[in-house]
Amino acid sequence: MHLSALNLYGQGILVSAALVLFTSFVMLAQTRIQPLIYAFAWQGALLSVTTALVALVSGHSHLYISALLTFGLKALLIPWMLYRMARRLHIQREVETVSHPSLIMLAGAVLVVFCYYVALPVAQLSTLVTRNTIAVSMATVLLGMLLMITRRAAVAQVIGFMSIENGLFFAAVASTYGMPMIVELGVAFDVLVAAVLFGIFFFQIRASIDSLDIDRLNRLSEKAE
Amino acid sequence: MMPLDLVLWLPLAGVLLLALVPDHRIAGRINVAVAAATFAASVWLAWNVLRTGPEMSPGKLFYIDAFNVYLVALTAFVGMTTAVFSRPYMEHEVGRGRVGRQRMRLYHAMYQGFLFAMLLALTTNNMGVLWVAMEAATLTTVLLVSLYRTPESVEAAWKYFILCGVGIAQALFGTVLLYFAAERRLGAEHGDTLLWSVLHNHAAQLDPAVLAIAFVFLLVGYGTKVGLVPLHNWLPDAHSEGPTPMSAVLSGLLLNVALYALVRVKMLVDGSLHTQLAGHLMMGFGLVSFLVAGLFLHRQHDIKRMFSYSSIEHMGLMTFAFGIGGALATFAALLHMTVHSLTKSAIFVTVGHAAQIAGTQQIEHIRGLILTQPPVGWGLLAGTLAIAGFPPFGVFMSEFLVLNATMKSWPWLTVPLLLGLVIAFAGLLRHLQPMVYGIPPAGQVRVRANMLPVAVHLALVLWLGLSIPLFLSGWFEQATRLISGGLSL
Repeated sequence: MHLSALNLYGQGILVSAALVLFTSFVMLAQTRIQPLIYAFAWQGALLSVTTALVALVSGHSHLYISALLTFGLKALLIPWMLYRMARRLHIQREVETVSHPSLIMLAGAVLVVFCYYVALPVAQLSTLVTRNTIAVSMATVLLGMLLMITRRAAVAQVIGFMSIENGLFFAAVASTYGMPMIVELGVAFDVLVAAVLFGIFFFQIRASIDSLDIDRLNRLSEKAE
Repeated sequence: MMPLDLVLWLPLAGVLLLALVPDHRIAGRINVAVAAATFAASVWLAWNVLRTGPEMSPGKLFYIDAFNVYLVALTAFVGMTTAVFSRPYMEHEVGRGRVGRQRMRLYHAMYQGFLFAMLLALTTNNMGVLWVAMEAATLTTVLLVSLYRTPESVEAAWKYFILCGVGIAQALFGTVLLYFAAERRLGAEHGDTLLWSVLHNHAAQLDPAVLAIAFVFLLVGYGTKVGLVPLHNWLPDAHSEGPTPMSAVLSGLLLNVALYALVRVKMLVDGSLHTQLAGHLMMGFGLVSFLVAGLFLHRQHDIKRMFSYSSIEHMGLMTFAFGIGGALATFAALLHMTVHSLTKSAIFVTVGHAAQIAGTQQIEHIRGLILTQPPVGWGLLAGTLAIAGFPPFGVFMSEFLVLNATMKSWPWLTVPLLLGLVIAFAGLLRHLQPMVYGIPPAGQVRVRANMLPVAVHLALVLWLGLSIPLFLSGWFEQATRLISGGLSL
C-alpha cells in the first residue's frame, strides 16, 4: 500500500486516477456549459490514459482496446456531440446559478471519504496494482450523481450521467482489469445510443417548454387537483 | 439450437425491416407477422425444453431453464397480442393527427427493438449482457414515451430516461463487484466468470462481504426498473403519457424482466451468504411498494396512471413473495408474474380503447362504457375484477398462495398484507364503477376495437385460476426448487 513501494508505472496510475477525480470536482464547480464540456472531455482522456497504464503494468492487452474505445467515445465523440448541440441551441455561454456552491464541494469531499470507507473491504481482498483506485472510481460515480442532483440545465445533467458511466468503467478497470470484451462493447454501444438520444431530447424539451431548465418540467406530479 | 436463434434473430430482423418501411399500414401488418413468428419460435423452444430439459447454447452465452423458458414464451405471446391491438389503435391515432408517418416508422422499429432487448435479457446467461439488454430496453422505449411530443410526454420520457439510466448504472456497479468476487475465486482465464451458470455453481465460494455490497447495488439498480417504491417515480408518468400499446408491454413485460434479473441475482447471493439478507431487503421494499401504491390508487385522475400504480402494487407483492423465499411463496410469485402480466396487458388494451371512446384519459370524463360499447365496458370490468384479485381468476389464486405463505413464516405480516389488498381493491373499484356503468356523456362514440387479445388473455387468466396445466406447473415447480434452494413443495 505504501506509495514508495510502487514502481513508476504504479505511481503513474495513482496520479492519473487522482486527476480523474479532480476533473469530477472541476465539473462540480463549473457553472458554464462550454468549460463543463471541456472538463468532461478531459476526464475521458485521463481515464483512457489510466486504462492504458493499467494495460501496460498488468499485461492485459485487451485493455488497450478499452482505452482506445474510451478515448474515442468519451474524450472525442460525445464531447464533440455535446459541444455541437450546445452551439446549435446557443447555450454554450450560459451560466447556471447554483445554490450553495461551497456546500456542494464539501459534500463532494465527504462522498470521497465515504467511498474510501465502503471500498475498504473490497480493496483489502484485491491483489491488483489498481486496488488503491477502487475507492476513487466509486467516488467518480457518486460525484456524477451529485452533479446531476445539483444542476437544473439539461446539458449539465447529461454530463453528470456520462460521468457516472466514466466512473463505472473506471470501477471495472480498477477492480477486475475490465469486464469481458462482449460486455464492454455492449456497454459502449449503449452509451453511444444514450448520447444520441439525449441530443434528440434537448430539441424535444426545447420545443415543448422553450427552455432547457429541467426545473420547468413540472407538469406531472402527484398533487391533488 | 435453432428455435433460440430464431427467437432472437426474428425481432432483430424486424427492427431493420420496419425501419425501412415507410407506410405505417403495411408496417403494422409486418409488426404483427414478426411478433407472431417470434411467438411460434418461442413455443418451439419451450417444446424442446419441455422434452429435453435445460438448454445451453454452444458458446454458453445463452441458457434456458425452467425459470426463464415460460417467461420467454409469455413475453413473445404478450408481444404478439399487443402488436395485434396496436395496429388498429395506432391507425386511429394517426387518423386523429396525434402522430405523423415518420414517427410511426420509429414506433414500429422500436417496438421490435424492445421485444428483442427483453428476449435477450431473458435468455442470456451472461450477467453483463443481461445489464446491456436491460439498458437497451430503456433506450428503445424512451423515444416511444415521448412519441406524441406533448410537453407532458416529453417530461415523462426525460424522467424515465434519467431515473432509469442512473438507477441501472447502480446495477452495472453491482455487476462489476460480482465479477470481482468471481474472478478472485475462479480466475479470469476462461472468460466465462460472468456467466450465471458458472457463478451459480460456485456461489458458495464467493466472498460474502463483496456479494452483500453487490446485491445492494443490484437491488437498487434493477429495483428502479421493477418500480419499487421509492424508486418508482418514473413509472406512472412513462405509462400514462406514452402510447397505450407501450403501456401494455411496459407494464406486462418490462417489469417482469427486471424482477427476473433481480431474482437471478438473489439466487447467487443466497448461495454465498447463507443468510436471509437478500430476502429481507426484498420483503421490505416489496411490502412498502405494495402498501404505498395501493394508497396512491385512490387519488388518481388519469385512468392509465391509476393502472400503472396497480402495476407497482403487484410488482411489490411479487418482490415480497420472492423475498419470503420458501417453496410456497416462490411458486406463488412465479404464478403471479404470469397472471399479472396477462391481466395487466389486457387491461391496458381495454383502457386504450376506452380512452379513444371518451377522447380523454381523465377518469371523470369516461362514463357509461357498457352502454356506449359493451365489449369494451365488459372487458374493463372483467379485467379490473381479475387484477383486484376476485375469484376465480388466477390473480386470486396467486395472492391467496402468497397470503398462505406469509401466514406460515411471518404471521404478523398478514395484517398489513390483507389491509393492502383491501385498500387496493377499494381504490380500483371506486373508480371503475362509474366508468363502466354510469350514463354516457353526449358525443361519446364507438371506435373500431379488436377485443380478441383481451378475451384470450382473460380466458387464460381464468384457466390458470381454475387449474394450472401440467407442463406449466412442472416448470413452476422446477423453478421453485431452483430459486428456493432444493426445497420441494
